[in-house]
Amino acid sequence: MQPILKVENLTKVFKSNGRPDFTAVDHIGFELMPGECLGLIGESGSGKSTVANLITRLTDLSAGRVVLDGQDISSLSGRGLRDAYRKMQMVFQTPTESFDPRRRLGDGIGESLRNFGNCRAEVKERVAELLVQCGLTPDFAEHYPHQVSGGQCQRAAIARAIAIEPRLLICDEATSALDVTIQKEVIQLFGRLREQLHLSILFICHDIALVQQFCDRVLVMYKGKIVEEGVPDEVIQAPRNEYTKRLIESIL
Amino acid sequence: MTPTVRKPKIIKNSVRTRLIVFGILAVLLVICSLLSDHLTPYDPYLQDLSNAKAAPSQQHVFGTDRYGRDMLSRVIVGSRTSIFSTLLLVAIITAVGTVIGVFCGWHGKKIDTVLMRISDMFLAFPGLVFALAVAGVLGGGLHNAIFALAAISWPKYARIARSQTLAQKETPYLRAARLSGSGTVKMLAKHVLPNIIGPILVTSMLDIGTMMMELAGLSFLGLGAKPPIAEWGSMMSENRALFTTVPWITLAPGLAIFISVMIFNLLGDTVRDYADPRTRGR
Repeated sequence: MQPILKVENLTKVFKSNGRPDFTAVDHIGFELMPGECLGLIGESGSGKSTVANLITRLTDLSAGRVVLDGQDISSLSGRGLRDAYRKMQMVFQTPTESFDPRRRLGDGIGESLRNFGNCRAEVKERVAELLVQCGLTPDFAEHYPHQVSGGQCQRAAIARAIAIEPRLLICDEATSALDVTIQKEVIQLFGRLREQLHLSILFICHDIALVQQFCDRVLVMYKGKIVEEGVPDEVIQAPRNEYTKRLIESIL
Repeated sequence: MTPTVRKPKIIKNSVRTRLIVFGILAVLLVICSLLSDHLTPYDPYLQDLSNAKAAPSQQHVFGTDRYGRDMLSRVIVGSRTSIFSTLLLVAIITAVGTVIGVFCGWHGKKIDTVLMRISDMFLAFPGLVFALAVAGVLGGGLHNAIFALAAISWPKYARIARSQTLAQKETPYLRAARLSGSGTVKMLAKHVLPNIIGPILVTSMLDIGTMMMELAGLSFLGLGAKPPIAEWGSMMSENRALFTTVPWITLAPGLAIFISVMIFNLLGDTVRDYADPRTRGR
């Protein structure tokens, strides 16, 4: 079976004047199979979010390849890249800031639908469906991001991400800004959507317990490198890498 | 689960009310200046030396100037020159400055550095001196005065637009918009511009007063509106020497400037509040 996402030799070097270059992501590679949920854990600064930005091409790659559903997207731009976004969407860490403060939630959710050629009435109807699918009511489309709570806003962000029915969903710390009970609900929502839409998920997170509960496979990242890979239960019970051991000890 | 929504507690439409009130006042001002020819009680250019420097009375509400011209009529007619040239000037510098600033902030790299150094150069140059130089080359007149002031005033707007654009550039919602398949032009027009236009509009509204005074200053130096054309600034300058003997003579144009600047400033504040949904409820 062909992987939905294949990352080869992915590297990001941040250059700055005067100071030495900083390698945020250091030649990493992994594969994500259709329907799989892959966790990516590591401390802050380990390069997890940069990986998300590189895969979605929001940041330019220094080296390496990103293959999405058999298509190399690492040198795409403009229209080609926009078409790639039909297959790949992202949920951000800060729900409220991921919506334009001057536009209603419905507008943000429907933006991709409009961009990919749906008419206004269709979009409105679809947005209402999406909101219900994500556990909100259709009238949320008329609210501004500052009027709703973080959890509600993150649900709306998830609705936006699944609007064009992508095959790959990247969750960049999507539950970190939420409190524990809401976190649980959002995780349940992800699980439900994953089944309904046959989503593959790259779940970036620093919470090992959450990853253990939700992911099929986990990658541990440290200083820009992948130091360990495996089934969450095994990685947590029998960590092979020195850093992974410390990471797990610090939590248990 | 029944989702609920926080509602603003304070009276909902007060900003809208203010916007309507000040908007109507500003529109009235513009309409007055448009119809100024039909509103004057006397011919604003008719001299009557036997009735010069008359005190305010029922016939001449604001008195007459040293040539016996009715001040009220001159103020009404002068509104066209003053308000329209000022609005035109502010519109030009706002548009030019914003376009340059957004482009610089978004694009970055070399072209940003070059354009910003040019704007620094203009910011470092004394405005009136530059205007004098332009007028020296092109000759005096209202058009050249507007051109000269526009040439030195855009950098302020470019700076604001650039810094605002930089602040917006890395926000998650722009990245989300990118992922939603929006192109650069659409993102700039739909997301960046509406989010940065508030401070720029407020600056331009507040600049209306300053620009009115600067145009008046150039008129005073003979580089703007030329006599006998009625213009508020030049009317004040013309009658400045008579201030000690007939103090009311500068009252009418002074009041006119004061009131119109006030209206535009208040409108500017309200527009800023209204443009931001977070303060709209207040």
